[in-house]
Amino acid sequence: MRHLLRGVAPLGGERTDVLLADGVIVAIGADASREAGSATVLDGDGLVALPGLVDLHTHLREPGREDAETVASGSRAAALGGYTAVHAMANTSPVADTAGVVEQVWRLGQDAGRVDVFPVGAVSVGLRGEQLAELGAMAQSAARVRVFSDDGMCVHDPVLMRRALEYVKAFDGVVAQHAQEPRLTQGAQMHEGIVSAELGLAGWPAVAEESIVARDVLLAQHVGSRVHVLHVSTAGSVEIVRWAKARGIAVTAEATPHHLSLTDERARGYDPLFKVNPPLRTAEDVEAVRAGLADGTIDVVGTDHAPHTREDKDCEWAAAAFGMTGLETALGIVSTTMVATGRLTWADVARVMSTTPARIGRVASGPHAHGRPLAVGEPANVTLVDPTARWTVDPSRHASTSRNSPYGGTELTGRVIATFLRGRPTVLDGALTEEEHA
Amino acid sequence: MRHLLSAADLDHTTAVHILDTAAEMAKTQSREIKKLPTLRGRTVVNLFFEDSTRTRISFEAAAKRLSADVINFSAKGSSVSKGESLKDTALTLQAMGADAVVVRHQASGAPHRLANAGWLEAAVLNAGDGTHQHPTQALLDSFTVRRHLRGTDVEPDGVGSDLAGLHVAIVGDVLHSRVARSNVDLLTTLGARVTLVAPPTLVPVGAETWPCEVSYHLDEVVDAGPDAVMMLRVQRERMGGGGGATSFFPSPLEYTRQYGLDARRLARLPEHAIVMHPGPMNRGLEISADAADSPRAVIVEQVANGVAVRMAVLYLLLAGEREKA
Repeated sequence: MRHLLRGVAPLGGERTDVLLADGVIVAIGADASREAGSATVLDGDGLVALPGLVDLHTHLREPGREDAETVASGSRAAALGGYTAVHAMANTSPVADTAGVVEQVWRLGQDAGRVDVFPVGAVSVGLRGEQLAELGAMAQSAARVRVFSDDGMCVHDPVLMRRALEYVKAFDGVVAQHAQEPRLTQGAQMHEGIVSAELGLAGWPAVAEESIVARDVLLAQHVGSRVHVLHVSTAGSVEIVRWAKARGIAVTAEATPHHLSLTDERARGYDPLFKVNPPLRTAEDVEAVRAGLADGTIDVVGTDHAPHTREDKDCEWAAAAFGMTGLETALGIVSTTMVATGRLTWADVARVMSTTPARIGRVASGPHAHGRPLAVGEPANVTLVDPTARWTVDPSRHASTSRNSPYGGTELTGRVIATFLRGRPTVLDGALTEEEHA
Repeated sequence: MRHLLSAADLDHTTAVHILDTAAEMAKTQSREIKKLPTLRGRTVVNLFFEDSTRTRISFEAAAKRLSADVINFSAKGSSVSKGESLKDTALTLQAMGADAVVVRHQASGAPHRLANAGWLEAAVLNAGDGTHQHPTQALLDSFTVRRHLRGTDVEPDGVGSDLAGLHVAIVGDVLHSRVARSNVDLLTTLGARVTLVAPPTLVPVGAETWPCEVSYHLDEVVDAGPDAVMMLRVQRERMGGGGGATSFFPSPLEYTRQYGLDARRLARLPEHAIVMHPGPMNRGLEISADAADSPRAVIVEQVANGVAVRMAVLYLLLAGEREKA
């Protein structure tokens, strides 16, 4: 299978031709058209070529909640969003806290064939925060787990967190923390502030996130481990991460598309589509998260794609589940909020949505390498983006099984046109390719 | 007025109009035959997900005195957990042809969802949602304040006037109180000055932007000479003594000492000041028997005014708007 991408702009730079064959990038520039032969030609005029996107933070719900998402449906959503690899969080049922479950998820991903699905292993047994799960067994399994997280739950016990940070050093793993002090957030429904006071919804204070982030960077420093902070949502957390990096602490941090774009004002209609954890914060927090992403304090954009069934959202706010889908809108949101505003270049987008997440997840080498440079000899994981396309989000047309996107009706700039996984197109002309790779 | 979800949705003109309409309704209630034919053939559903006999019978009396058919639907405990969902309940009421739904729910925003999620066409009247709003309570409180402090020989109910220049103190658990939120909105819309009085633990983060003052000291506020003092009920589960680290104050005794309306504080209030309480009272905790039973307490009258105000709101929601439409 050979594809000639004609006139594309790698990382938004000079236009050139790129030839993909046998799963790798075989030629760039004049060589590409010369060697193209019978390759399928894709007129990429004006399209930005990025290394295939890598999500460190996806909920695929399988096993257990196949009514909300499956590995297969989530893989299709990911491909449409320009992803070639996603990390599937461990809060499934059963929890991904054993080698058996992570291998199952890994195989389901390979069977679906649209993206590489890298399972995240639970830090603690059953996400209960009491006892370490068998991290080594998951690391040595066929799934080769390197990212460990109780996401959805905070590893709140400081001793357990310390042990996890230390233990994963043996296999170069990383603990990805969902920073939420549980006592300060009992029954919490939304960001604690002006809007929550008015709406009478129990508050989720910024300090409940920031106190854990502060503790964890100090723990990481003490034991000499790396730590990854998931979905940074407050100005204070950004400030703490910035401080920790200045001190040389091995911390990396993630921003979600929704914390880059939406505020707690959206709760005013009591529509649970805007209920998410950590909650939407204030405009000042959104600005701080954008600034942190722009200046490199925040390393990656992770979707926190959290599909939920209609019945889990079609109800009163307090009864609704936390979370929103994100795979199919992430690139558009980043493009609209960060690129169109001049705060990130396309090379920066490649860094925060592909190269760095692949490096943090330790998937930048080996037979399933992602986040590699667009260079001859590298795996042909490529995403083509039309940087000026304006489009309106329509959740009813999403490939995800679930419809809980907060962006229905929102107009975005920048759209994924094609995605190639090891040279095979999973998305062409903005639509899934017919072929299912069994 | 399509729905009544929040006191914050009422502008000055609408609020005065509701109070004036309530005064008309109140007049009819001193007649021997209290029943009016106004809402004959209309169906009002009292949908109560939370126990509140007092509020329910107040709405029931109001609807019946306007000749509406009343259906009481008690769904206690069935929401938030997975019983029949709010949506299915709404679809059921829609199928039954409810014209108005009076809803009390433990989840803030549930009436808002009923009104706006497209499940139901009926007018939705919020009878108290979580810690958010209880607009008819605020209306009956303003009605009571206006009657006592703005009534004249000619207009005993103060018809046509607002509450400009009056100072109202609201004392107690503001954090969890829909009554406090509703009253801050409506009293200030009507021109009154409001001071919230509570221990700092019971003032919501974010209340600093509300159009009112906040004090942590009841004695200072009493000495400032408010025209009305509204005492809020303190929920048992918020108290100290066995409540552990999450209690909002150290003990009931300390609360009473700092924030209770006792005989001593009552005596220091201006002569014309009235004492209010939305009920049910914890006598001896937030209010002493001396205060509750004193001549300046208008607590029982608040209950009577509640029926007139709810008649007015049902009338304006069902008779008024539909005729225009």
